[in-house]
Amino acid sequence: MANTLEDGVPPPTPSEARYIKVQKSPEFQDLRSRYRRWVIPVTVVSLLWYFLYVGLAAYATDFMGTKLFGNINVGLVMGLLQFVTTFGVTYAYIRYAARVLDPRSARIREEMEAEGLL
Amino acid sequence: MIGLAAAPEQVGNTWLNLAIFGAFVAVTLVFVIRASKTNKSAGDMYTAGAAFTGRQNGIAISGDYLSAASFLGIAGAIALTGYDGFLYSIGFLVAWLVALLLVAELLRNTGRYTMADVLAFRMREGPVRTAAATSTLAVSFFYLLAQMAGAGGLVALLMNINDRTGQSLVIAAVGALMITYVLIGGMKGTTYVQIIKAVLLISGAALMTVWVLLNYGMNFSDLLGDGAAAGALLEPGAKYGLTNTTKIDFISLALALVLGTAGLPHILMRFYTVPTAKEARRSVVWAIWLIGLFYLFTLTLGYGAAAMVGPDKIAAAPGAANSAAPLLAYELGGTLLLGVISAVAFATILAVVAGLTITASASFAHDIYASVIHKGNAPPGAEVRVARIAAIVVGIVAILGGIAANGQNIAFLVALAFAVAASANLPTILYSLFWKRFNTRGCLWSIYGGLIITIGLITFSPAVSGNETAMFPNGDWAWFPLSNPGIISIPASFLLGYLGTVTSKEHLENKAAEMEVRSLTGAGAEGTALEH
Repeated sequence: MANTLEDGVPPPTPSEARYIKVQKSPEFQDLRSRYRRWVIPVTVVSLLWYFLYVGLAAYATDFMGTKLFGNINVGLVMGLLQFVTTFGVTYAYIRYAARVLDPRSARIREEMEAEGLL
Repeated sequence: MIGLAAAPEQVGNTWLNLAIFGAFVAVTLVFVIRASKTNKSAGDMYTAGAAFTGRQNGIAISGDYLSAASFLGIAGAIALTGYDGFLYSIGFLVAWLVALLLVAELLRNTGRYTMADVLAFRMREGPVRTAAATSTLAVSFFYLLAQMAGAGGLVALLMNINDRTGQSLVIAAVGALMITYVLIGGMKGTTYVQIIKAVLLISGAALMTVWVLLNYGMNFSDLLGDGAAAGALLEPGAKYGLTNTTKIDFISLALALVLGTAGLPHILMRFYTVPTAKEARRSVVWAIWLIGLFYLFTLTLGYGAAAMVGPDKIAAAPGAANSAAPLLAYELGGTLLLGVISAVAFATILAVVAGLTITASASFAHDIYASVIHKGNAPPGAEVRVARIAAIVVGIVAILGGIAANGQNIAFLVALAFAVAASANLPTILYSLFWKRFNTRGCLWSIYGGLIITIGLITFSPAVSGNETAMFPNGDWAWFPLSNPGIISIPASFLLGYLGTVTSKEHLENKAAEMEVRSLTGAGAEGTALEH
C-alpha cells in the first residue's frame, strides 16, 4: 500500500517528501503491516465476541440462566470470560509490541535521527 | 432516581463522615500545594510536563475512569436488578481494548495537549479545533452533570441533609474544592488526587469484597443464592429484557459503552501526561488490570448488598440505588466503615470532576483561545491565565448544572456522555489515525453530525419526556423509541465522516504520510516531550 500520487494530491513540500520517503521504505511498511495485521483483527474479534455476549444477554436469557454448578450460571461464566479475554488480549499485545513492534520502530527512529530528519 | 421524599433513615454519624472526608481533603491538598511549585507553563498545567510514569498514569487513569457511576451506580444496579447491572461493567472494561490497541500510543505520538491536536495535525486548524473543542465541552458537560448530581444524592444519605437547599450548598462546596485543586495544582496536582483516590477506592472495594465473602465462608455461589432470593436476578433480563424495544435499547447502550471510552476527552488527555508512547501503553495496561479488578469487586458488592441489605431497603433509602454500596458498608463495618466508604465515594466524585474540569478548560484555552483566536501567537502566559479562568467558569457551570440535575439518574447521564463521545469523537480519531484520505470536511461532518444526531435523538427519547421516570415527566414529545441513541448515531457519524471526505476536493495525503510515520515511530514526539 505505497502512497502513490493520486488524483488531486498536490506535490509534497520538501519536509513532507522526507517523511514520504520514510513511509515508503520497506522497514516502515513492515512495521506498519505488522502493527495493523495484529491490532485490527484482534480488535474486530474482541468486539464481535463482546457483541455475541451482549446479544445472548438480550435475546437468550434462558440459555444465560442455565445453572452450571451451584448458583453459577452460563451468563456469569460468559461475563467472567469477557474479563479473561480482555486481560488475555492485553497481555498478548504487550508481549507482541515489546517483541515485534518496539525494536522495529526504534530502528526507524534512530535511522531518521542519523539522517538528520528530526 | 434519588428519592428526596423517601423516609430519611439516618445511618452512620454525620460528623465522623465529615471528619474522614476532611482528612482526605487535607492529605490531597498537601500534594496539590506541593505540585503547585511546578505549575507554571501550559505544559505543566495541562499535562504535568509529560513527566508521569506509565504506572502512575495508569493508576490515575483508573482514578479518572472509576466514577461515581461505576462505584455507586453499578453496585446499586446489581443490587436492584441483578445481572443487568453487571453488563455495564463488562462494556466499560472491554472498551479499553479499543483504547489500548488503536488509540493510546498513536495519539500520544501525534498530539501534545488535547484531542484536537491530532485532528489539527493535517487538517485546517481553525474549524477542526473549534469542532473538537465543542464536542469536548459537550462530553465534559454531561459527564460533569452526572458526577455533580451523584454528589447531591450521596449528601442526602451521608449527612442527612434532605432539603434541596442544603444539598445545593454541599454541591457548591464540592465544586469550589474541585476548582481549588485545579487552579493550584494543575494536571500534576489533579493526577495526585486521582492516584490517592484510586488507591483508596480500589482498596476500599477489595476490603468490602473480602468481608462479604468471609460472611459466606468464601462461597460465592451461596452469596449469589442469597442475592437471588432477595430479588437480584442471576440471569439477564430484569431491566432490558422486557420488550423488543428495551432489547435494542440495551444493544445500543452496549455499543456506546464499548466505543465511548476511547473518545472520552479526559481519558485521551491523560495519554499526554507520560513522556512516550511506550509509557502510554504501560498506562493503559495498568488501567485495564485495576479497572477489571474493581469491576469484579462490584459484582460481589452488588449481590452482597442485595443479600445483606435487601433491595427494598436500598430502594427506599435516600439516594436509592446509589446508596447500595454505602448501606452495605454500614451493614458490614458499622459507622466507621460507612464513614470511610462515604469519604471514598466523595473523593471519587471530586477527583473525576477535577479531571473533567482540567480537560474542558485546556480544550478551551489551547484549542479555542490560543490556536483559533490567536492563531498560535497568544501573548506569553496568556494561555495559562485563560485556562485558569476557564476552569473557574467550567466549575461554576458544573455547580449550577449539578444543582439543577440533582435527582436525575446518574447512569443515564453517564451513558449520554458515552454516546456523545462514541459518536462525535471516536470516528474522527480513528479516521485521522487510520485513513490517509480523511480531510477537514469529513472531520467536521462527523463531529457536528455525531453531536447533533446524538443530542437530538436524546431530546426526543423516552428518557427526556413522555413517562414518569423521564427528565420532564409532565411533557411528552418523545417520538424516538430508544433512550440510548448509539445504534443510530455512531454508524451515522462514521458515514458522515466518509461522505464529507469523499465529496471534498481537499487532499491531505502528504501530511497524512508524516502523521503516520510519527504515530508509529514516535519520531518528533519524544523530543517535544523533553523540552519541558
